[in-house]
Amino acid sequence: MTEEIIIAGFGGQGVLSMGQIICYSGVMQGKEVSWMPSYGPEMRGGTANCTAIISDEQISSPVLNRFDTAIVLNQPSMDKFEDAVKPDGLLIYEENGMTRKPRRKDINICSIAAYDESVKMNNTKVFNMIVIGGFLKVRPIIELENVIKGLKKVLPDRYHHLIPLNEEAIHRGMDIIKEEQAVKK
Amino acid sequence: MKGNEALAEAAIRAGADAYFGYPITPQSEVIEYLMRENPADRTGMQVLQAESEIAAINMVYGAAGCGKRAMTSSSSPGISLKMEGLSYIAGAELPCVVVNVVRAGPGLGTIQPSQSDYFQAVKGGGHGDYKLIVLAPATVQESVDYVKLAFDLAFKYRNPVMILSDGIIGQMMEKVELFEQMPRSNKEYEWATLGKKPGKNSVIVTSLQLQSEEQEKVNLRLQAKYREVEKNEVRFETYGCEDAEYLFAAFGSCARITRKALDMARAKGIKVGIIRPQTLYPFPVDEISRLAGQVKGILTVEMNAGQMVEDVKLAVNGKTPVEFYGRFGGMIPTPDEILEALEQKIIGG
Repeated sequence: MTEEIIIAGFGGQGVLSMGQIICYSGVMQGKEVSWMPSYGPEMRGGTANCTAIISDEQISSPVLNRFDTAIVLNQPSMDKFEDAVKPDGLLIYEENGMTRKPRRKDINICSIAAYDESVKMNNTKVFNMIVIGGFLKVRPIIELENVIKGLKKVLPDRYHHLIPLNEEAIHRGMDIIKEEQAVKK
Repeated sequence: MKGNEALAEAAIRAGADAYFGYPITPQSEVIEYLMRENPADRTGMQVLQAESEIAAINMVYGAAGCGKRAMTSSSSPGISLKMEGLSYIAGAELPCVVVNVVRAGPGLGTIQPSQSDYFQAVKGGGHGDYKLIVLAPATVQESVDYVKLAFDLAFKYRNPVMILSDGIIGQMMEKVELFEQMPRSNKEYEWATLGKKPGKNSVIVTSLQLQSEEQEKVNLRLQAKYREVEKNEVRFETYGCEDAEYLFAAFGSCARITRKALDMARAKGIKVGIIRPQTLYPFPVDEISRLAGQVKGILTVEMNAGQMVEDVKLAVNGKTPVEFYGRFGGMIPTPDEILEALEQKIIGG
C-alpha cells in the first residue's frame, strides 16, 4: 500500500499540521512516512501545501507531481491540483469558498463542509481534524486509535485535554463527507 | 523529525563541543532547535548565534584550533561568506563540520531547494589547492548519521568536512533513528593550541608560510592526505545495477526523485539502475568507470545546470555516452520528466 497525498489551502487552515498528523499516525501504524511542506514565498500569505506519503515500503521521492489523493481547501488549490490527481484517484474539497466545481470525470470526488461543521462545534480550530476524519472515512488507511496515538505524540502534555475534542471532530468529518462522483475501478 | 532538526539533535549526540551559526532559510531550524534545546544543560555544548556567517566560521576556526569538535551551518549565500574561513581551516589542517542546506542561486537567489553548490563544495569555493570531504545525505536518517561520520572523518584527517544537504532534505519530515548520546571528548591533541607546557615547544596553528619551499611542503602533505581520503573514504549506493542496460547518476534528494523514475522505467521494462554517490569528494570514480563498461548510456540528474555530470564524464572517460537532465532556480524535476529525458536523450539518442 502506498498513498501519495497533497493537501493544499490557505495558510492558517492547518494544512501543514494535517499532513503531519497523518504522517505521525502512519508511524504509529508501523508505516513508512514522508512529509514535505511548501516553505517558499507562497507561505507568506498565499496558498500553503504539503505532500504526505504513507507506504508499506521505503519511500523514494518525497516530492511528487501526481497524487493518489488531493485535499484542496480553497479555489486556488483546486485550480492547481485537480489535474495532478491520478486517474481513479480521489479529490476531496472543502465546500466553503469554492466558486467552481471540479471538472474531472475520471476521478473520485468528495466534498466536505468542514468549516460550517467547525462553526457548529463552536471551534473553528478543529476544522482540519474534521477534514482528516472525512479523508479517513473514504480512505481508511490508518486506524482511528493510531491517529489518537499520533496526536498524543505531537501535542505537548498541556494540550492533551483537547484530544477528545479532536476525536469528536474526526467523527463529525466521517459523518458529513459527501460522495459527489465515483468512478469504477 | 524534520531534516534540519534531526541534524541539530545529531550534533548534540555526536558530542559536539560548540555550534556557531547565523540563521538563513532553509536551514534556520538548525540554530532554532539548538537554541531551544539548550545543549549546555545536557552535555555542556556551547551554542552561539554569531553576528554574521563570517564571524561564525572564524569562531569554528578558533574552537577547532583548540582541538574542539565545532560545527556551523548555513545555506548557499551564507556558505559563500564562509569560504575564506574554510580555505584557512583547510590550510591550517584543522577539523570541523560545515553544513550547507542548499538553496538556488546565484546571488541571493531563492529560498527553494537546489544542488547548485556542488562545484563550490567539491572543487573549492575558497582559494588554494584544498579539498573538503563532502557528504551528500538523501534522507533525514542520513542527515543524522553523517553528522557523526563527518566529525569522525574531520578528526581522522584533520580536514573540514561539509554535509551538502538541500532545501528538501532540510525541510522534510520522516522517520529517523537517533544514535545514543556520545560523551564529549576532553582529549588534548598535540596539534591543538592549549597553552605552552613546560618542556614542550609552543604549538602554532597557521595557514601562512611565506617561504615558497615551506608552502610547497604543506601542499604536498595536503595532497598526500587527499590521496589517502580518495583511497579509503569513497561511499556510494547502487540499486538495480546488476542487469542494468542504462544508468542514472544522481545525489541527495534528486537521487530519490530519480529512484521514483527508475521504478516507473522498470515497470515499462526499461532496465535502468542508479548510482548515488554518498561522498561527492572523494567521488566514486572506480565504480562509475566499472558501470560505464556495462551500460549503453548514463543520464546524470541534478537540480542545477550540470555540475556533477562533469565528474561523471571524467570517470566514464568516453566509454559510454553521458547526458544530463536538470531543473534549477528552485524548480524540482519530476519523475515523469526524468523518465522522458532517459527515453529521449539516452535510449532514443
